[in-house]
Formats: sequence, structure tokens, C-alpha cells
Amino acid sequence: MKGARRRIAVVASSAALAVSAAIFAGWWQVDGPGAPSALTVGGGAEKIPLPLSAMDFELTDHRGRAVRPSDWIGRPILVFFGFTYCPDVCPTTLTNIAAWLDDLGEDGRQLNVAFVSVDPERDTPEALADYVSAFHPRIVGHTGTPEQIAGAARDFRVAYAKIQARGNYTMDHTALVFLMDRTGRFSGTIDIHEDRHSALSKLRRLLGITPIE
Amino acid sequence: MIRNASGLPLLAAVLSALAILVVAPPCAAADGLRVENPWARASVGTARPIAAYLTIHNAGRNDDVLIGVETPVAGMAEVHKIETKDGIASMGPAGPVAVPAGASVRLAPGGLHAMLMSLKRPLKEGSAFSLTLVFEKAGRIEVSVPVQGIGAKGPPQ
Repeated sequence: MKGARRRIAVVASSAALAVSAAIFAGWWQVDGPGAPSALTVGGGAEKIPLPLSAMDFELTDHRGRAVRPSDWIGRPILVFFGFTYCPDVCPTTLTNIAAWLDDLGEDGRQLNVAFVSVDPERDTPEALADYVSAFHPRIVGHTGTPEQIAGAARDFRVAYAKIQARGNYTMDHTALVFLMDRTGRFSGTIDIHEDRHSALSKLRRLLGITPIE
Repeated sequence: MIRNASGLPLLAAVLSALAILVVAPPCAAADGLRVENPWARASVGTARPIAAYLTIHNAGRNDDVLIGVETPVAGMAEVHKIETKDGIASMGPAGPVAVPAGASVRLAPGGLHAMLMSLKRPLKEGSAFSLTLVFEKAGRIEVSVPVQGIGAKGPPQ
């Protein structure tokens, strides 16, 4: 009798615990610290870009040409989302990319590089042309309407948000360089703190170059 | 007579000390704090903000705090910090930056930088500008920041 009552008590309290855990988990994801920012577009960090063949958006490059994701299939490509009013992460990443291109030399001539603006309001094709060419002639800038940018971000699972600051604004954004292989499949990322050696070995793998030991 | 004789050299000494204070070249050290390897990338026009980088060494025995930055080339200057979480980079004012005794603090790409907003003139490669760091205890330290190319990775070698 005593044992049965204790068992009921245990079951009841674990049920109560499970319910509160579920409520807490729900709160965490919807209203709590785990809630997605209202301005965030795209998926979470655990999600990876779709294959280029499954992406559906159109952008305008810095030469004014229309570009679709299928145009990028056939050659490996590095895709980086940023904005030209970005003083640190973007110039640092574009500088790194320019150095990788120089380091790869002839081996890297297949590699395309797309810089996609998350700030179409300020980054017109003309503004992008001035900016990307200062880093490397092989880096192509892309912009579009806010809806087009949102489409590209959605397919790459990139997050970005406009942050008001001192009568002006800046952008939070996914700062990873996406590596897509020649068939258009996602093959990895390189982040801003990654050293040159590690970045180059990922790029050589992407290009199908066997490292010379 | 004696008073006059000793008074004159004293006055001269005070005046020359004042003159040194006024015309002294930009000083990069004070109270055990040393600022080294400043650099910035060239700007594209004046609308886009620019980041300036440097290293602060605190060889003194007192902790200090970097409380601000000033420069005549920008309408506004502030220490900013990049924080990256789940691959998403966000940037904002860093607030006061602790410079503990015996430690070095780097303002470097992907971390802290002096953010220069509303530039008054384009920063051209090969030029330099003045940047003053304001510390809680050591006061003001002025450095001359060389402007590197837009694709520079660090201070001039």
C-alpha cells in the first residue's frame, strides 16, 4: 500500500516535471532567450545552404547583370554575405579572400567569388563596383531588391538584421564564407578567425587539388 | 640682485618646459602605457566608417581603462567590438575597455577596433592621421595612424 502510493507520487511528480520542462522549452524557443530575432531571416546555425540547383532567387551583379544561382554551377564558388559600410568583418574577409586567390594562383583560376550585400538600401551596383574591385578583380559584388536579398539569404540559411545606431544603422549578418563545389553542393565554411593554412587546405580540397606533401 | 640672477634661469626653465609640453611630438607612451603598431585601411569615400587598429601595452603597476578615442578626421569615434555567435557577426560600442597591469590589449580585425564614423575627408593610402586614446588614469595618448591599402592585413612592416 505504502509502496504503491509512493509509486503514484513518483509518477505524478515526474509527469509534473515533464510538463514544466515542456512549458519551459516552449517559452525558451518562443519568448525566451532561444527565440529567433524578429528581424532575422533564414534559418538557424545548424542549417546548411541548399544546393545551388534548389535555390531560387535573382540578384544583380556590380556590372548590372542579372545572376541566378544556376549560373554558379559548373565552377566552385565562395559566397560571402556582407555590406560595404562594414568597417571590420567584411574588409577583413574580402582581404583574406583576395590573399587566398593570390596564394592559389593558377590553381585557383576556376574559383568564382560572390560577395552578396545584405544592405541593398546603400549598396547599389555602382557602390559595390567601387568597393569589391579595391580588394580583388575576381570578386563579384551582388545586390538586389530587399525581397531578392531575402530570397538569397533564405536559400543560404543566412541571418541578417538592421541595427539602428546613432542616427545611422549597421547590419548584423552571418559572416561565414560558404564553399560550394562545382556541382553546386555545399562543401563547408571558412570563418574570419581561421588561419591561412586551414583556409587554403579547404580551398584546395574544394578545387580537387591534391596537396603536395 | 641674487634674486634676479636666480630668477631668470628659473623663468627660462619654466618657459622651456612649457614649450616642450606644447610642441612635443605625438607621444605614444604615458604612465607605463605604450601604444604600438597603429594602422587603418584606406577608405572608399567618406560615408563608410573605418576601423583603426593598434596594441596597448600596460607595463605599469596600475590597471587602467580605455574610455574613449578621438580624432580630427571623423565626426565621431568610438571603440567598437565585434561579437560572433553561431557564425553571425554583430558590432556595437565596446564600452570601457580594461587594460590590466602587465597585460596587452589588441585592437585587431574581428575583435576590438576604433570605429571612425562620418569621415571629414577620405583616408588615402600612404597618408596618416592623429588618433588620441583616452585612458581613465594615464590620460590622453596620441598616436599617428598610417593609412594602409584597402586590402591590408596589418600594420606597415
